[in-house]
Amino acid sequence: MAGNVPLLEVKNLRVEFPTRRGTLLAVDDVSFEIAPGEVLGVVGESGAGKSLTGNAIIGLLEPPGRIAGGEVRLEGQRIDNLPYEAMRKVRGARIGAIFQDPLTSLNPLYSVSRQLVETIQTHLPLSAREARARALDLLKQVGIPGAEQRIDHYPHQFSGGMRQRVVIALALCAGPRLIVADEPTTALDVSIQAQIIALLKKLCRENGTAVMLVTHDMGVIAETADRVAVMYAGRIAEIGPVRDVIKNARHPYTRGLMGSIPSLGVRTERLTQIDGSMPRLTEIPAGCAFNPRCTARGERCLVERPDLMAAGASRAACWLHDARGVGMPVPLAREAAHG
Amino acid sequence: MAEGSYVRIEGLKRYFDVSPPWLVRVLEGKPRQIVQAVDGIDIEIAKGETFSLVGESGCGKSTVARLVVGLYPPTAGRIEFDGNDIATRRGQGAHSALRRRLQMIFQDPFASLNPRWRVFDIIAEPIRAFGLSKDKADLEKQVGDLLRQVRLTPADGAKYPHEFSGGQRQRISIARALASRPEFLVCDEPTSALDVSVQAQILNLMMDLQRRLRLTYLFISHNLAVVYHISTRVGVMYLGRLVEEAPTDTLFRRPKHPYTRMLLDTIPDLDMTGRQRAPVAGEVPSPLNPPSGCSFHPRCPFANERCTVERPKALPIEGGSVACHAIEEGRLAIEDRSYAARG
Repeated sequence: MAGNVPLLEVKNLRVEFPTRRGTLLAVDDVSFEIAPGEVLGVVGESGAGKSLTGNAIIGLLEPPGRIAGGEVRLEGQRIDNLPYEAMRKVRGARIGAIFQDPLTSLNPLYSVSRQLVETIQTHLPLSAREARARALDLLKQVGIPGAEQRIDHYPHQFSGGMRQRVVIALALCAGPRLIVADEPTTALDVSIQAQIIALLKKLCRENGTAVMLVTHDMGVIAETADRVAVMYAGRIAEIGPVRDVIKNARHPYTRGLMGSIPSLGVRTERLTQIDGSMPRLTEIPAGCAFNPRCTARGERCLVERPDLMAAGASRAACWLHDARGVGMPVPLAREAAHG
Repeated sequence: MAEGSYVRIEGLKRYFDVSPPWLVRVLEGKPRQIVQAVDGIDIEIAKGETFSLVGESGCGKSTVARLVVGLYPPTAGRIEFDGNDIATRRGQGAHSALRRRLQMIFQDPFASLNPRWRVFDIIAEPIRAFGLSKDKADLEKQVGDLLRQVRLTPADGAKYPHEFSGGQRQRISIARALASRPEFLVCDEPTSALDVSVQAQILNLMMDLQRRLRLTYLFISHNLAVVYHISTRVGVMYLGRLVEEAPTDTLFRRPKHPYTRMLLDTIPDLDMTGRQRAPVAGEVPSPLNPPSGCSFHPRCPFANERCTVERPKALPIEGGSVACHAIEEGRLAIEDRSYAARG
């Protein structure tokens, strides 16, 4: 991790949704930093708040969702409270975004060249001709064969993998310092997935772009990320260097998650499973949100909510790593097993 | 293998006519267009086994599943189930008895359950349809047992599907599939819509049920790691054809077809062994216009002249079969792959 000033600094971020039946806290006190050129993976199961965190950073929270607290700083400048127009300039120019579905993130009525040129000219002072040259350059960079001909094609003329390359080219238009990629490979076939991951890695290395990679796929993280944050029920359960989190998980949830991924080589009678499922936002339990599913829980976990604390090379939000421990063990009730 | 085979699929083909309407064809001179979704597949499954079909989207694996349960009639070929041909559908009586023994679990637990029905009725439907209960009390008991079998509670029967999470809904679809006391289950990507920790629960449940009820599975998936855990034998599909078929351990230890090797290379390396993934260039061609000869040849690093013209035949090898000229001619060596055990 180079540099002392983090490229992106997220501090105590809270995202909430006001509803008729009270306010739901979807992202609860999330803090992390991304250094220049670093790839931070954010993993979690559906509903963990990982995409919301990404959207909050790029200022694309869907109303009525809103940032209720905390701050987001890009290169030292606060961006979470910018007015809409100012944020538009940041987004695209300094932060690029890649979304899950390459079909919906491209406009089907415009040719690829028009979309690229429009984006480039919005953010950079280039003439139409220069912008087109840059667009062509970008398409070559993301590995689209026959870019000269394909630049004037429409999105439907590209396959899924090629479309995602176009989306990546769009994100790179203005040479951003940070890319927020939300499930960039989820909609793709495995063989194409590998191509896109290799491409993202190559681009980061060459341009020194930092990436916040939001995904549910631990495999993608293992291949791409430098550090990883594991989210559970709106909070970070564990954050640390990718190797430590995968090989030596400190939070019982991360351990369970890693165990439940089928791996090649060892065939077991049963996969490790975490019984139950993530609580809905309306029914997040008191104490540690993971306690109803945790086999290592103690009395303290039922009442006191753990914050991130040092655990080996990582930091984990679990009382197991506190000097006072979890207290008297509380075995799981049988009903909790009903998933 | 031959005598033990319980489900036998022979030369199964399914073509879809995707031509433009007749008038457009006449006016604009457009030809007929046929997609060869499944183009001649032979599979044998022994009782109590799990046979998995893997492949990328568009390779025809889901079409095979739908053909086997009879949601589509095949264009050609035979599907034999316990000695009875189920592909040619004539008459009702004997056929409905066969149907009872064969059920399907679908991919999307949000789309496959009727949102207006209570869970009890969803699960009771097959029991009622096949007349498997004596009276109301018996029906209630059976549904309660089924719910318990998939680790839900009988009280859950009074709820509607929307009250359940994705994993719980998939349990309900499994309970429904088990309601007619089937012997053979066709599972089309049953866990790919689920989160990993829930996926593990469902896979464990399916393996438990298989042991307890002696079920036979045809399991369709694109996830090789899942397939590795659940299957006895694995078939790899590419553009409507079976390119390789082998016992699970053989397929993963000694993959033969270049496409199988490529798929195995794309599995992310969670063990951080530093193994480099070599992403294969190119994409699955359109099944509307499949390449000549071996359909994998445009992406295959070992393709030669012969591969571009002659379609390879399935060649029996090491307890399985592979359709590849390079293997047949000995141009491509078969090597052992090693996997690190997770520490």
